[in-house]
Amino acid sequence: MNAEKQYIDLFAECRTMIDGHSVLALNARRDEAFHAFQEIGFPSKKVERYKYTDVSALFLPDYGLNINRLDIPVNPYDAFRCDVPNLSTSLYFVVNDRFYDKVLPKVSLPQGVVVTSFQKAAEVYPHLLEKYYGQLADAKTDAINALNTMLAQDGLFIYVPKGVVVERPLQIVNILRADVDLMVNRRVLIVLEESAQMKCLFCDHSIDDVNFMATQVCEVFVGENAHLELYELEETHVKTHRVANMYVRQSAYSTTTMDSITLHNGYTRNQTDVMLDGEGCETNMYGCVIADKQQHVENNTLIDHRVSHCISNECYKYVLDGSSIGAFAGRVLVREGAQKTVSQETNANLCATRSARMYTQPMLEIYADDVKCSHGSTVGQINDAALFYMRQRGIPEEEARLLLKFAFVSDVIASIPMDALRDRLHYLVEKRFRGELSKCEGCKLCK
Amino acid sequence: MLEIENLHASINGKEILKGVNLVIREGEVHALMGQNGAGKSTLSNVIVGHPAYEVTQGSIRFNGKDLLALKPEERAHEGIFLSFQQPVEIPGVSMVNFMRAALNAKRKYQGLEPLAAGEFLKMMREKRKIVELDNKLANRSVNEGFSGGEKKRNEIFQMAMLEPTLSILDETDSGLDVDALRIVAEGFNKLRTPQTSAMVITHYQRLLDYLKPDVIHVLLNGKIVKTGGPELAMEIEKKGFDWIKEEAGL
Repeated sequence: MNAEKQYIDLFAECRTMIDGHSVLALNARRDEAFHAFQEIGFPSKKVERYKYTDVSALFLPDYGLNINRLDIPVNPYDAFRCDVPNLSTSLYFVVNDRFYDKVLPKVSLPQGVVVTSFQKAAEVYPHLLEKYYGQLADAKTDAINALNTMLAQDGLFIYVPKGVVVERPLQIVNILRADVDLMVNRRVLIVLEESAQMKCLFCDHSIDDVNFMATQVCEVFVGENAHLELYELEETHVKTHRVANMYVRQSAYSTTTMDSITLHNGYTRNQTDVMLDGEGCETNMYGCVIADKQQHVENNTLIDHRVSHCISNECYKYVLDGSSIGAFAGRVLVREGAQKTVSQETNANLCATRSARMYTQPMLEIYADDVKCSHGSTVGQINDAALFYMRQRGIPEEEARLLLKFAFVSDVIASIPMDALRDRLHYLVEKRFRGELSKCEGCKLCK
Repeated sequence: MLEIENLHASINGKEILKGVNLVIREGEVHALMGQNGAGKSTLSNVIVGHPAYEVTQGSIRFNGKDLLALKPEERAHEGIFLSFQQPVEIPGVSMVNFMRAALNAKRKYQGLEPLAAGEFLKMMREKRKIVELDNKLANRSVNEGFSGGEKKRNEIFQMAMLEPTLSILDETDSGLDVDALRIVAEGFNKLRTPQTSAMVITHYQRLLDYLKPDVIHVLLNGKIVKTGGPELAMEIEKKGFDWIKEEAGL
């Protein structure tokens, strides 16, 4: 049986319906994506970038799709309380793939800043949508991009015009909600023009006891001298499968800080590609994964130093318990002419049980001769000497293990510039290690 | 308080302790001396329950309880404290969180409520003074970046916080300059009460000058071969161990 067939058939059958419930900018790209998808199909584990995650197996089950855009009855404000409250954010919801616009936050955004659905963006800012949509996520060579481009019908559009500083962080809560097994193809487009500044936190949650298959393609344009902080926090359940591709293009003198935190999940593959397209850029990419049971988390990153005088820092840390599987593949590419590049890449992992497995592959490719680059990776167990020291002081073994695991990821959490989020994450990570995430209180799935 | 009888212990199949007998009573300070590799640290590790050591014969009773049946943390709760020869660095765990976890675990064992945050911090401040430990150290990770002297002072600080009834000092004087040694030794003496006992492992008379032990034991080749009063330590300082070895027929 091949996993592609049902999507090819579905698309062929429902093309009109898909188009009818979507907008021109998205519809215009479907043909190309469809042809590519038919040709390349899902990547097997023989494809280098997909060797740690068997993507085609994820797509085999028969998921429902909400092609007719039926209104799924939910008031996210009632139904859901995110674990990261009181951050003084401008709070928005995306339910499945749809921007929830029935109730919007009362805070007004600075002049010209847009946070809306693709549907709305197509009415009001069609030129912006057309200019940026699909420019970074290559739907011709990557099957996930192709599938998402074929089937995406709506999405979230965030736009900050030239010189505007959005002081108050945006918080986007992605909720997966359904009564039957559901596939969601979410699309995000973020555009920061020259000298714009924004902080944005995405929180991913699943609130129903069904299987979810979520693809997400996120395209991010960071203009010249713009500053972006982008946080992603996944706190879903064991029946959630997430395959997310993010593409970031940075123009000269821009700064991007990204934190990807997987606190709880089912099966996750996050790919993040950053293109440093102008001189003087800085990229900070941090990640933290906490997994147990049978959970699977891959972070696959590319930092592409295309020009000279850019800085990149990358640090991912994993704590794996149970029979969980972690994978990290981080490629740093320093192209010819990208002189004076300064780049650091670290991946440190803690396998707390014998059955937890970690695959790690730090990669550094340098085609310039005047650069300062390092890359490294470690996989270790809990430090027995430290464990015994703590027990001798009377700290019970379980508690000591917890403190050591918490300590292991604490520097990644400490690197988060947003104070309130950092404090909150300290709390959440500790709760996670204790197995007390409030998310799971009403949810037997993850017990 | 502590009764060790015919204790045999090995690590990785190699027998290190070959029949140790030792009794420490309430209020007593015992010094344990002996050449490198004689088994002094092994004895202290076995008493606190280090998992790498296997007890093959014999028994240890502490206040009447079978110590060998208890986990390391339970032995700590019963009142046994080891000042490590090499205190372990634990990056990412702050001294405050570490001490709070340790203290509250002990209180829980004793059926007490956790200490309120204010009270706990006040206690930290007071106990710190005993070993002249800097305030900043308390906010740093456990032993991380501490100098050799700070690490040893930190051990005595933890002892002050946990108020053990039996303290084992494993070469607490090693790597200390004269001032640091004085601070550590005086700190220890401040914590002594008629109800607390100690076993002090050292190579040097200097520490014993401060601590004034009641009994000196010489451990050689896995056995206590000689026991005497404070004068024995001075004799060892002068003459070394060879004469004891001869006496013991080793």
